[in-house]
Amino acid sequence: MAMKKSVGQRAGVTILAWVVAFVIFFPILWTFLTSFKSELDAIAMPPKFLFFHWTLENYLEVQARSNYLRFASNSIILSIGANIVGLIIAVPAAWSMAFAPSKWTKDLLMWMLSTKMMPAVGVLVPIYLLARDLHLLDNLIGIGLVLLLINLPLLIWMLYTYFKEIPVDILEAARMDGASLLNEIVYVLTPMAVPGIASTMLLAIILSWNEAFWTLNLTTSQAAPLTQFIASFSAPEGFFWAKLSAASTLAIAPILILGWFSQKQLVRGLTFGAVK
Amino acid sequence: MGSIQLKDVRKAFGAVNVINGVSLDISDGEFAVFVGPSGCGKSTLLRLIAGLEDVTSGQVVIDSKDMTNVGPSQRGLAMVFQSYALYPHMSVRGNIAFALKMAGQKADVIEQKVRKAAATLNLTDYLDRKPRQLSGGQRQRVAIGRAIVREPKAFLFDEPLSNLDAALRVQMRVEIGELHEALKTTMVYVTHDQVEAMTMANKIVVLDRGSVAQVGSPLELYNKPNGLFVAGFIGSPTMNLIKGPSAAKRGAATIGIRPEHSDMSTTAGEWPAKVRLAEHLGSDTFVHADADGIGPLTLRLEGEASLKPGQTIYVTPREAHLHRFDKEGVRIA
Repeated sequence: MAMKKSVGQRAGVTILAWVVAFVIFFPILWTFLTSFKSELDAIAMPPKFLFFHWTLENYLEVQARSNYLRFASNSIILSIGANIVGLIIAVPAAWSMAFAPSKWTKDLLMWMLSTKMMPAVGVLVPIYLLARDLHLLDNLIGIGLVLLLINLPLLIWMLYTYFKEIPVDILEAARMDGASLLNEIVYVLTPMAVPGIASTMLLAIILSWNEAFWTLNLTTSQAAPLTQFIASFSAPEGFFWAKLSAASTLAIAPILILGWFSQKQLVRGLTFGAVK
Repeated sequence: MGSIQLKDVRKAFGAVNVINGVSLDISDGEFAVFVGPSGCGKSTLLRLIAGLEDVTSGQVVIDSKDMTNVGPSQRGLAMVFQSYALYPHMSVRGNIAFALKMAGQKADVIEQKVRKAAATLNLTDYLDRKPRQLSGGQRQRVAIGRAIVREPKAFLFDEPLSNLDAALRVQMRVEIGELHEALKTTMVYVTHDQVEAMTMANKIVVLDRGSVAQVGSPLELYNKPNGLFVAGFIGSPTMNLIKGPSAAKRGAATIGIRPEHSDMSTTAGEWPAKVRLAEHLGSDTFVHADADGIGPLTLRLEGEASLKPGQTIYVTPREAHLHRFDKEGVRIA
């Protein structure tokens, strides 16, 4: 395995990695910089990179025009709440698929995955009508339910691959020790799977946080999360790039910080099962 | 109390029959060993007793109660796994205490019992360590501690020593034997190692392709194997099995003679043979030789014998120790 690479090769790979990372990161950086520009600087040609008049006026105006904290708290409630409920459903489901599979388990897993393959807009009308008739439009429970359903297949799949790696002997030992099914899951399986559950949760929270299609279509004000907050700045008057950028920066900041602090778990979660 | 009866137990995985109608009585306090080559169904049989697998048909009776449809947590048995199967996120104390917690015992009772079990197994200094900080032998002790603390009706051991090195294996074998002497609790022990079986068991159950080949005390199996399978499986080095005129002369299709039950001479004897290899163990010498018209023979000679490859020797079996088998491989009385 130990392939010797020359210094030149390693430097080349390192530079390439930095370039790719920078290209991927650039839109976020640009948004961040633009949020500190005046509207005029924001649309200046050629674009101004660092040498412009730095200002906080966009942030002040954004805060003055709409209540950032209400959108942010909706985002937090939705992304965390929907996924905690999701976890309560997904852990037992993944347990049964990993440790007590039936002959339909594989098909069930594939079917769940297949729901992720359909474009969301394909079911927009029925879901919208259902939400309307059930009085769940612009309602935290309504949009939370949709986010839960979107992420459930992912939660179950990821937990399933984690659980598959836990030796079944240990669960059997718990059974021999007199543990009921519930105790086995609560005291033995879950603590052992904590890293897996944490990274699964993290990914699901990020996906829910960034989910825009359903939040934009099913909420307007009461239950609107930060995606709606951003969208409100690309409003009828036309685009105000600097303010839009300030709103976007505010919207992604919490999740960016969360992601930064937990990137170790996240990387493990994303590559899990890829290499044994 | 801890008697176990199996009544015509069968187990099939899909179309594959793994256990073909096993009936067995293990009485209270007995040390029963299931032994057989890999794939003979010995571990499956143990798991059926544990309740970790459901029987396809038949009955599992523990202490005269039908436990066939009772879950593993309700059978009152403790099991020690080959992989130890310790809870990695719990300390040694947590591992040993887990079953007591599940049984809803009081904290002070649990602590007292854990301390007692830890003292028995020399684990007192390790109670606050995690399993990953222990050596293989210590992990095995924790697994045993987890089992004894519950005072179960019976212990089930699934090849508990096969992950340990040779020296530790001998030591743990003695410790488990002593534990059985001290507790007098029924133990059912699965191994593929017939030395473990011979040294530990009161009762050996030899399994062959999902059926019981023979049940008996170690010496019964050694002295009176009921067929070719058991004759070839029990004993080390294995019994010499000889067909042809030598067998026909003694009224059998096959005769068997253990390596330690032949006399060797360099001048005269029944079977002339050429030495292939002599293994010197100090206490014994194992001689591997090829006999004319008979095939390979193994001899066990006491002490040191200076033999060279290619040398001709003469082997004479002791008639009193000969085993005779018929065409079907069944022992002729």
